[in-house]
Amino acid sequence: MKRETLIWSVLLVLGFLGLTGRALLTDRGMANVYVRAVDRTLVQVETEAEAAEAGGVLSKRWVDAEAPEAADLDLASLGADQVRKVTTYEQVLPNDYYRAVSEDPDQAQIRWSASRTVGVWVAAIFTLAIFSFLYKDNVFYKIAESILVGVSAGYWMVVGFWDIIVPNLMGKLWPALVKGWAMPGLEAQPEPLYWVPLILGVMLVWRLSPKGSWISRWPLAFIIGTTAGLRLISFLHANFLAQISNSIVPLIVMEGGQVDIAESVRSLVLIVGILSCLVYFFFSFEHKGAVGKTAKLGIWFLMITFGAGFGYTVMGRIALLAIRLEFLFDDWLWLIDPSNARILFSAIS
Amino acid sequence: MYTFLKNLDRRWIFLLMFLAVAIPILFELQFPEHPTGLAQAVFDEIEALQPGDPVLLAFDYDPASEGELGPMATTFTYHCAKKGLKMYFMALWPVGAQMIDDNIAKVIKADFPELEYGKDYVNLGYKSGYEGVIKVIVTNLRGLYTTDSYGTSIDSIPMMEGVTDIRQMKLLVNVSAGYPGTTEWVQYAITPFSKDLRMVAGCTGITAPLLYPYIPNQLPGLLGAIKGAAEYEQLVMDAYGGEKVDQKYMKARQRMGPQLIAHLLIIGLIIVANILFFMEKRKGVVR
Amino acid sequence: MKRNIPLLITAFSGLVLILAYFIPMTQSWGEVAAIWFDILASIAFILGGGNLIKLHARKMALRQAGWAYSAITLLAFALTLFIGLSKIGVSPNLQFPDMAWSGHYRESGAPFWWIYEYAFKPLTATTFSMLAFYIASAAFRAFRAKNLEAILLLGTAFIILLGRTFAGIILTSWLPDSLAGLRIENLTVEIMRVVNTAGSRAIMIGIALGVASTSLKVLLGVDRSYLGSGEE
Repeated sequence: MKRETLIWSVLLVLGFLGLTGRALLTDRGMANVYVRAVDRTLVQVETEAEAAEAGGVLSKRWVDAEAPEAADLDLASLGADQVRKVTTYEQVLPNDYYRAVSEDPDQAQIRWSASRTVGVWVAAIFTLAIFSFLYKDNVFYKIAESILVGVSAGYWMVVGFWDIIVPNLMGKLWPALVKGWAMPGLEAQPEPLYWVPLILGVMLVWRLSPKGSWISRWPLAFIIGTTAGLRLISFLHANFLAQISNSIVPLIVMEGGQVDIAESVRSLVLIVGILSCLVYFFFSFEHKGAVGKTAKLGIWFLMITFGAGFGYTVMGRIALLAIRLEFLFDDWLWLIDPSNARILFSAIS
Repeated sequence: MYTFLKNLDRRWIFLLMFLAVAIPILFELQFPEHPTGLAQAVFDEIEALQPGDPVLLAFDYDPASEGELGPMATTFTYHCAKKGLKMYFMALWPVGAQMIDDNIAKVIKADFPELEYGKDYVNLGYKSGYEGVIKVIVTNLRGLYTTDSYGTSIDSIPMMEGVTDIRQMKLLVNVSAGYPGTTEWVQYAITPFSKDLRMVAGCTGITAPLLYPYIPNQLPGLLGAIKGAAEYEQLVMDAYGGEKVDQKYMKARQRMGPQLIAHLLIIGLIIVANILFFMEKRKGVVR
Repeated sequence: MKRNIPLLITAFSGLVLILAYFIPMTQSWGEVAAIWFDILASIAFILGGGNLIKLHARKMALRQAGWAYSAITLLAFALTLFIGLSKIGVSPNLQFPDMAWSGHYRESGAPFWWIYEYAFKPLTATTFSMLAFYIASAAFRAFRAKNLEAILLLGTAFIILLGRTFAGIILTSWLPDSLAGLRIENLTVEIMRVVNTAGSRAIMIGIALGVASTSLKVLLGVDRSYLGSGEE
């Protein structure tokens, strides 16, 4: 085994032992996530008002057992198909757990969540695996990267299916089927026109086929044509005409009957800047003489623009790193507590 | 020293950057914020609305940009809830819908439990199509949104009654990480319907300089990067936060501490690199 | 036929969207075209997923270098897809508890939510946060004040970097009110409001003309690159 590998292996093992020891053997632990269990009993009710609206046919709906509509019901007499027990979980702060335990040590409503706590550890391991690339490319980074690619693609497909394909395509073509299966609140009539995007969609997926992939050209052409049509007008309107309009500002700005020198200078610099940058972009003219000098001024304006862009980009990137380190130090290692989410621990320890 | 710096392994720079961000976080270094004109303009636009006014909150970002944009989204939600505005959430990014869920849980369910889903706020969710979505909903919202994000029919949601398109919104509030985002909202909603719609936005540091041409005619206010978020947080918390501000609404300000140290590091690195460059150039001239 | 019909589709669909801007009675045609576009955009995700499977399955079949990572990618993809599509662990809608599929797929606490919260989110966020390190390294290696233009760029960057933090306020707070415009935080505002606006606006106008010209070329059939090679 190479010396460097041996050192890293020893460090990893020691680090792992140290962290698990801190998590399992200390009173407060670390990375613990707590949830509140909310138990609900739902019962099926029939109401006269609904029956009247439905033309005398009794209609049923589900309500909470403590709702006014269920006040007259005897739960014990209801059949198994008329009662449902559902438990939902909502994440709470460690403070809520400490408070609950200090008031009633035997309470079970607020409890430690194994899946979410394991999740925090998994997230931390993934974070460190990605960061390990900064030292050297390694197998942990490659595994994390592979998982990222797979999970991202899967996530996008699931979102596309449940948020668009089911309600906007299947729900338009076969609303009764979708209502009976996944969207009971859907109220719609079939719209045959939606066969067009369905057929175009099937043709689009044909692109994956080794033969006949030319079939996908029709939906691609539709996508390209729609995009081109949308952008032609919007770019000319918002990014060309509106920008010319925004640039037509008074060169001498009056404020209370007097010349506002600062605003006037701003307007002048703005106009000169825009025009000189546009002169620079005229590459079909040779940049000589007056044109050359104006283009040079345009370059200076552009350099200041790019410098400002760089400054803002740096700002953006650092904030992304800050939130990851906050996760590691706050949510995982419990080294800091900026939100005072664990401040009550000292009260119960 | 010169040779060491000239052949510096970039991993030392990585370590310096890590320390520049980690140490301020560990020591919870924070600085006061002084809001500037654009953040004030965003605040004033929302302040000018009356309770019950409908606002469309479009959260077009994902976890990759949550560091900068998460605090903006949280504070926008808080400000609108405090003003008693009717909040219509939607997203043009697939993961934006999850960002909406997170903000609803963190702000509305936690601190405004009296607000009722369907009456005070609704999550319309994500629709694919990039700018095509804006193109549709600006004239025909129900053509695309037949249900909310949870599958409930639009017709059975009380606050959707009478809402046919987004021109009925008093204000568009957009949190944008890139494409599709603020630029597309300006191009397809604000510019063609400038008499009906107004918009304020929060965006990442990378896109902020590119949106300045839209200010102020098409975009009256803009929160640029984490600094803009921190300024807006300060304004909202000064107005509504009370004496003891919940720290979850001061995340941007917390992140400005590491920003300062890291910015100084970047400046220092550029200066050192240029000193090396000029030393090298002089050696070449002397030879 | 294989190329002419797509060209006609491109031209027609583009024309419908353009007409919808100018002729109110065609607005609904534009809405229909945009709705179909939105649905196709989501079906494109299926295309992306299919492409992913094709690429990585091929790598595994041919035992190319790194094929084990392709197996991991496909496993993660299949697991996420199965859990998400089957709504495993998702409670039914409280108003319809007898309909197993009525619950929301993103329900907090469900396995699909777990994958988002503890796999997708940290992996994505951390990958992008690496850019902070690379920007520091790039600043050290690449930014040289070789000429006036570079000095302008770097000088502006310094003003912005300082002016957007508390450091800028401390550095120039000693300046009297008569010279308040030279305080770094005020200089930052002026640079963004005037010079950056001028440069960005010129770039925006240039891009708008480029987009308009490209769109026209596509709609008129001059640019046919999206149809691919003429082999089929």
